[in-house]
Amino acid sequence: MIMDVQLWTYILVGLTFAIYIGVAIWAKAASTSDFYIAGAHVSPLTNGMATAADWMSAASFLSMAGLISFMGYDGAVYLMGWTGGYVLLALLLAPYLRKFGKFTIPDFIGDRYYSNFARTIAVICAVIVSFTYVAGQMRGVGLVFSKFLEVNIDIGVLIGMGIVFFYAVLGGMKGITYTQVAQYCVLIFAFMVPAFFISFQLTGNPIPQLGFGSTLADGSGQFLLEKLDELHTELGFAAYTSGTKSMQDVFFITAALMIGTAGLPHVIVRFFTVPKVRDARISVGYALIFIAILYTTAPAIAAFAKYNLMETVNEEAYTEMPEWFGTWEETALLTWVDKDENGIITYAPGAAIEGLPEIQRNEAGEIIRGNHGEVKVNNSVTSGPNELYVDRDIMVLANPEIANLPAWVAGLVAAGGLAAALSTAAGLLLVISTAVSHDLIKKQIKTDISDKSELMWARISAAGAVLVAGYFGINPPGFVAEVVAIAFGLAAASFFPAIILGIFYKKMNLQGAIAGMIAGLLFTLAYVVFFKIAFPEYNTPEYWWFGISPEGIGTLGMLLNLTVSFAVGMIFPEPPEEVQNMVEEIRYPQ
Amino acid sequence: MSERDLKGYWKKNLKYLGILLSIWFIVSYGFGILLAPALNEIQVGGFKLGFWFAQQGSIYTFVVLIFVYVYLMNKLDQQFNVRED
Repeated sequence: MIMDVQLWTYILVGLTFAIYIGVAIWAKAASTSDFYIAGAHVSPLTNGMATAADWMSAASFLSMAGLISFMGYDGAVYLMGWTGGYVLLALLLAPYLRKFGKFTIPDFIGDRYYSNFARTIAVICAVIVSFTYVAGQMRGVGLVFSKFLEVNIDIGVLIGMGIVFFYAVLGGMKGITYTQVAQYCVLIFAFMVPAFFISFQLTGNPIPQLGFGSTLADGSGQFLLEKLDELHTELGFAAYTSGTKSMQDVFFITAALMIGTAGLPHVIVRFFTVPKVRDARISVGYALIFIAILYTTAPAIAAFAKYNLMETVNEEAYTEMPEWFGTWEETALLTWVDKDENGIITYAPGAAIEGLPEIQRNEAGEIIRGNHGEVKVNNSVTSGPNELYVDRDIMVLANPEIANLPAWVAGLVAAGGLAAALSTAAGLLLVISTAVSHDLIKKQIKTDISDKSELMWARISAAGAVLVAGYFGINPPGFVAEVVAIAFGLAAASFFPAIILGIFYKKMNLQGAIAGMIAGLLFTLAYVVFFKIAFPEYNTPEYWWFGISPEGIGTLGMLLNLTVSFAVGMIFPEPPEEVQNMVEEIRYPQ
Repeated sequence: MSERDLKGYWKKNLKYLGILLSIWFIVSYGFGILLAPALNEIQVGGFKLGFWFAQQGSIYTFVVLIFVYVYLMNKLDQQFNVRED
C-alpha cells in the first residue's frame, strides 16, 4: 500500500514537473514587457486561472480545510476573508491599475505620488510582504517532499527552488502565467477528486457543497452538521456551527484578510497582464470562480473529515483503529497517549501533550511502542482528559486513506500541494525581482539602462530572490507561522489605502500618502511584533485593544492610514496639475 | 474628449460601486457575522442560515457581484462612449 502511494507520487510529481519545465521553455521572455507583464497579451480567462493558482498557496491547499475542521464556524474568517477581497479588487483596483498601464505597484505609487521616495517606500513594503509569504511556500514544498517521498526536507526545498528558478528566471511573468494555468488544473483536480469520493461516501451526494448540507448516508436520516454539533457538545467542545472567537474579532480578522488580499502586490500585478480595462474586470470574476471552487469545497471537506475523525476514534479501542491511524502516527501528525491506561482513545477539548509530538526511538532508530502497539512520544502529557493529538494538515493529507481511496489519489494530493506552493512562490518572487530591477535600478539608479540590460537585471534579481527564499525555506525563522499574519496586515495597512486614495481622491498628495503608509505600517508591525514575537504570553483577548487579535489588527492599521493621510494631506499643497490629470485619465477606459 | 460626459460616467460608476459594495458588506459582515446568531435560528436543509452565509453563501454572492459589476460597466462604457476597441 505504502509503496504504491510512493510510486504514484513519483510518477505524478515527475509528470507535472516535466509539464512545468516544458511550458517554461515554450514561454521564454524576450523583453522586459514579457518578463514583467507577459506583454499584456494574456486572455482574461487564462489570467483568471493563473491568478487563482497564484493566490492559492500551500496553506490554502494543505492547511485550510484542516484549520476549519478545528475552528468550525470561526473558519469563516478565512473563507470570506480570502475571497471577499476579490470584490474590492474588481470594483476598486484592477480596472484602474490596468488603465494606468505600467509594470508594478511601486510604479503606480511612485508616479501617482510624484516621488521616488514614495516609490522606494512601496518597494520596501512589497519586498517585506513578499518575502514573509514566500518563505512559507518553500517550506511547504519541502514538507510535501518529506511526507510523501521520504526525501529530506532541505533536499525538497532545493528541488522546489530548482524548478521555480528555471521557469521564473527564464520566462518571467510569461513563463509563470502559463505554468500557473497548468498548476491550477493540477491542484483543483487533486483537491476535488477526494472531495467527491468522501462526500458520496458520507452523504450519498457527490457534490461536496451539497453533501455538506445533506443527511448522512448511514440510515439515521440525520443531517451531517446536526450530527457534528451533537458530537461536539457531547464531548465538551463548542458546537461546530457556532465557534469560539468573539464577534468583533471575527469581524476584524475577516476585514484584514479581505483588504490584505486586495493589497497583495503579486495578486494585483496579475491584472496588468491583460490587454484591456474590461478584460481586467472580467478577469477578476473568472479568478474568483476558480478560487471559489476550492473555497466552497474546503469547508465541506473540513466537516466531513471532522465527522470521520470523531466517529472513528472516540471511545474506541486503539487496537480497533484502521490502518491509516498507524501510518500517520509514524509521521508524528497523529499521536495517542493512553493517560488512563485503558487502551481506549478519549478525544476531548484541550491539548493532549505539551508541544509537537517527538517520536521515541531506540538506538537503532526504531520506533518504540507502548502496551497496545501505539507509537510512543517523548512529550510530557497534559493534565486534561484529551488523549489525542491531531495535526491540522492531516485533514487534507490523510483524507484519501481515511476514505479508503485508491493509491493514485494520494499521489495526486502530493502533486497538488506542490503545484499550489510553487505557483504562489513564483508569483511572489517575480514581485521581488521586478521591484529591484524596475523600480530601483531602472527608475532610480541607472535610468539610461537599455531594455536588454534591464531584462538581464530582472533575471539576476529573480535568481537572487530564489536563493534568498530557498535560504529561508531551509532555515525558517522560528516565527514563520506568526509572520504570515503580518503579510496581510501590512498589505492592508500600507498599499491598499494609498492605491484607493490615489484613484478615488484626486487631491491626495505625496505628504499625506507617505505619512499614512508609514503610520499604518509601523502601527501594524508594532502590534503584531509585540503580541506575536516580543510578549507572546500577553497574546490573549484581555490584553488586545478592543478585543482585536494580531491577525485582525491590519484593519485598524488601514483606518489609521486613512486618517493620517487625510490629516497630513490637508496641510500640504494639492498634487501638481499633470498628476491630477493622470488620475482623471485612469478613471475612463478610453 | 470634450464631447463626452465623463463626469456623468464617473458619477454613475460611483453609484454602482456604492450599491454593490453595500450588498457585499451586508451579506458577508451582516448575514455572515453580525446577524449570524439570529439567522442560525432559521434552518435551510441541513444548514443553519447564518453558518451557511459565513461558509458558503457569501462566496457565491461575491462571484455574482463581480459579474453584475462587469455587466453594468460594459453597458456604461458603451453608453458614455468610453469603450476600448
